[in-house]
Amino acid sequence: MSAHHDHAAHGHHDHHDHHGHDHADHGSLKSYATGFILAVLLTVIPFWLVMAKVFDKSSTTGFVLLAFAAVQIVVHMVYFLHMNSKSEGGWTMLALLFTTMVVVIMMSGSLWVMYHLNHNMMPGMDHETVPESIRAVPVEKDMKKMPGMS
Amino acid sequence: MSNTSTSTHNATGAASGSRYFVREHHPENGTMLGFWLYLMSDCLVFACLFAAYAVLGRNYAGGPTGAEIFDLPLVGLNTSLLLLSSITYGFAMLESQKDRLRNTMIWLAVTGLLGACFIYFELYEFVHLIMEGSGPQRSGFLTSFFALVGTHGLHVSFGIIWLVTLLFQLKRHGLTPENRRRLMCLSMFWHFLDVVWIGVFTFVYLMGVLS
Repeated sequence: MSAHHDHAAHGHHDHHDHHGHDHADHGSLKSYATGFILAVLLTVIPFWLVMAKVFDKSSTTGFVLLAFAAVQIVVHMVYFLHMNSKSEGGWTMLALLFTTMVVVIMMSGSLWVMYHLNHNMMPGMDHETVPESIRAVPVEKDMKKMPGMS
Repeated sequence: MSNTSTSTHNATGAASGSRYFVREHHPENGTMLGFWLYLMSDCLVFACLFAAYAVLGRNYAGGPTGAEIFDLPLVGLNTSLLLLSSITYGFAMLESQKDRLRNTMIWLAVTGLLGACFIYFELYEFVHLIMEGSGPQRSGFLTSFFALVGTHGLHVSFGIIWLVTLLFQLKRHGLTPENRRRLMCLSMFWHFLDVVWIGVFTFVYLMGVLS
C-alpha cells in the first residue's frame, strides 16, 4: 500500500510543477501590440466605410462590415485571449467551436423562422400566393371587423 | 502464496493510481477552463439578445429608425475607449508577469478609468434617447436595442466593480498565486466584453445607420 501512496504523492508533485510552467505563454508585448494595431485598423475601416458612404449599395457595405467583424473577432481571440488549439489540452477550443455552432444555429434559425412567419402573417398580403388550405373565409371576415386591420 | 497475492495487489493498485493521475493531468489548470466555459455560456446569452435584435431590429412601429438616432462619432469614441482599455489591461498582465506590483496596479486603474468613461458615454446616450421619447417602450427595435446594449453595459459595470475589488486585493496581498489567477480571469472577461462590443458596433450601430 505504501507504494500506492508514494505514487500518488509523486503524481501530485508532477501536477503542481506544471502549474509553474503554465504562466509562460500568456502573451508578450509584441503580440499585444500586433493585436492592438490590427484591431484599430479593423475598427477604423468599417467606421470610415459607413461614415464616408464609400459603397453605393448598402448591402455591399453590410457584407464587408460583417467580414471585418469576423476577422476582428479572430484577431481578439488570438492576440488578446491567447486562444490556440493546445491550451487546456484543447478543451477551450472545443468549447469555443461548440458555442460557435450553437450560436450559428440559433441566429440563422431565428432569422429564417421569423422571416417566414412575417412573410406568411403579413396583413394585406397578396392572396394569390396563399395556399387554398390557409385561405379560410370566415376568419377573413372576422378580421375585417377588427379595428386596425386592413 | 499470500506474499505473491499482496504484491500483485500492490502492483495493480499502483497501476490504477498512475492511470488515475495521468488522466487527471489532462486539464492543466481547472480555473481557466471553468471560467472559459462561463464565458462561452455568457456568449450564448448575448447570442440570444443578438438574435432578438436581428428579428426585431426593423420593427420601428412608426418611431425613429437607427439612422435617425445613432450618433456614430459617439459610438466611435466608445469603441476606441474599450479597445484602449483592452490594450492597457494587456500591459497590466505583462507587468504582473514581471512581478511589478505598482505598475500592474497603475495599468489596472487606467483600464478601470477607460471602462468608466465608456459607461459614462453609454449612459449619456441612453438618457438622451429616453429624453427624446425613444425609450425602450417606444418600439420593438428600441426594446431589443436597449436590452442588447444595456446587457453589455451591465457586464462592463460589473467588470469595473471586479477590477476595483482586485485593486484592493492586490494592494493588501500583492501578486500571490490567487491574485494572479483573479487577474487572469478578469483579463479573459474584459477581452471577451470587447469581442462582444465588436458585434454590437458592427451589427447594431453601423448596419443600423446603413439602412
